[in-house]
Amino acid sequence: MVPPTSSATETSSGITLNVNGEKHTLPVDHRTTLLDALRERLDLTGTKKGCDQGQCGACTVLVDGRRTLSCLKFAVTAEGREITTIEGVADGGQLHPVQQAFLDLDGYQCGYCTPGQICSAIAVIEEHAAGWPSAATADVRPDAEPAPLDADEIRERMSGNLCRCGAYVAIVEAVARAADEVRDGRAQTEEAVA
Amino acid sequence: MREFGYQRAHDVAGAVALLDAAPDARFLGGGTNLVDLMKTGVERPALLVDVTELPLDGIGVTADGALHIGATVTNSDLAAHPEVRRRYPALAQAVLAGASGQLRNMATVGGNLLQRTRCGYFADTARPCNKRTPGSGCSALDGIHRNHAILGASAHCVATHPSDMAVALAAFDAVVSYETASGTGELAWADFYLPVGDTPHRETALPPGALITGITLPPAPVAAHSRYRKIRERASYAFAIGSAAAALDVRDGVVHEVRLAFGAVASRPWRAREAERALTGGPATAAAFAAAADAELAAAEPLPDNGYKVPLLRNVTVVLLTELATGTGPVERTEPTEGAKR
Repeated sequence: MVPPTSSATETSSGITLNVNGEKHTLPVDHRTTLLDALRERLDLTGTKKGCDQGQCGACTVLVDGRRTLSCLKFAVTAEGREITTIEGVADGGQLHPVQQAFLDLDGYQCGYCTPGQICSAIAVIEEHAAGWPSAATADVRPDAEPAPLDADEIRERMSGNLCRCGAYVAIVEAVARAADEVRDGRAQTEEAVA
Repeated sequence: MREFGYQRAHDVAGAVALLDAAPDARFLGGGTNLVDLMKTGVERPALLVDVTELPLDGIGVTADGALHIGATVTNSDLAAHPEVRRRYPALAQAVLAGASGQLRNMATVGGNLLQRTRCGYFADTARPCNKRTPGSGCSALDGIHRNHAILGASAHCVATHPSDMAVALAAFDAVVSYETASGTGELAWADFYLPVGDTPHRETALPPGALITGITLPPAPVAAHSRYRKIRERASYAFAIGSAAAALDVRDGVVHEVRLAFGAVASRPWRAREAERALTGGPATAAAFAAAADAELAAAEPLPDNGYKVPLLRNVTVVLLTELATGTGPVERTEPTEGAKR
């Protein structure tokens, strides 16, 4: 049996968080959410606190590649996971296709929800490519024709990210364009490999 | 928030031993409900036992054709699984109808069954609530209750169970497996959730300290022809105000087998057995579907502000069963989807 990672009586632990490929060791009170650890302890303030109760999506980050609400996840539970925040989605100086599409198409107004929107959209494109259905998918059976990532699908899949400015029309356009670019990029890579 | 200890469990025996030794502890799955309730002070555990790394994350078909789903399978993985989508499409649809992509990535099957009501008074520690503080009273009876129960409630509590997933599980007779420090056990679906009565704080028949280890769906060919329909106050990312899971097998115009369960109408997912009895062996017509819904909803006791749920569930039943009987798709949206529509 692997020993437990922490004591039953201690209310804080020393943990190591792997964020954007960099390891950070820090003591945390167990009550610290991943969101607060990122913002207040690691100065990664790109991830935003909106409602702090899992209703707005502003705090969305990727944990082991899956979009996750960092406000509902205690930091201590994130130890051993690969965490990607908005600060880590670009490839060096090259913006992620989702970031570039939001810029080009004005997928925001005030920008506060944008980091969460972008992290969520990156995962939406991956989930769709993996064949995951959504509540907008008419036929969820595995042998059905995969539903294209059209506007209805994007709206449904992005519904966990609220935008109080109401920039939804441009957000949907940006996600659609980025999805096309990611798909085209993959096709080119496959051709090059072939 | 109260300070708490934290342990990450690596095997089931270790997890239940930890809880057995510390009754003031809770299992932590995805945390999408528990963490929220800890922030508001409704839950004040002294220890969290993280169960997300337990080897309970598999989905598989058993030798007798049943589908076993591990307790720590996430909602996302459940809804994406080919066998779920093929054998129990209403279950995949129900899971996808709930919460958001982020929350479904975090939330587990075991936690989904044990999530607490979203009654606003339960979440508000400044207000009386018999479910949160036994004997303190029910604020919803004379308060805001438009989303509350119309079936199986009591004078002590009118809260609803918020799960979409569990509505489909009710239709498919899921069996819940659990483990305690003294051994393993199973609960049939009909026995899992307790009647409200005068003990609304006691929600399930699980023994103290039990960890849900998985659920099993018995083989049910009718389930391959099933659907889930959810009605809510906005198009996505909201709890149901009424929902239904249905499966239907019609042969020569006669209902051979039918499954029907309602959501957002009771303290538990509501299996509509009266409606099923009324339909079985009879004609598969809209009139018969409506009469069956009426038979089920005859027991409804609406509050002053939630009577709309009776016709809502009647209409959902008729539409859903008609779609299944005629092989028609969901009614196409009529509003324009201009702009980003490609």
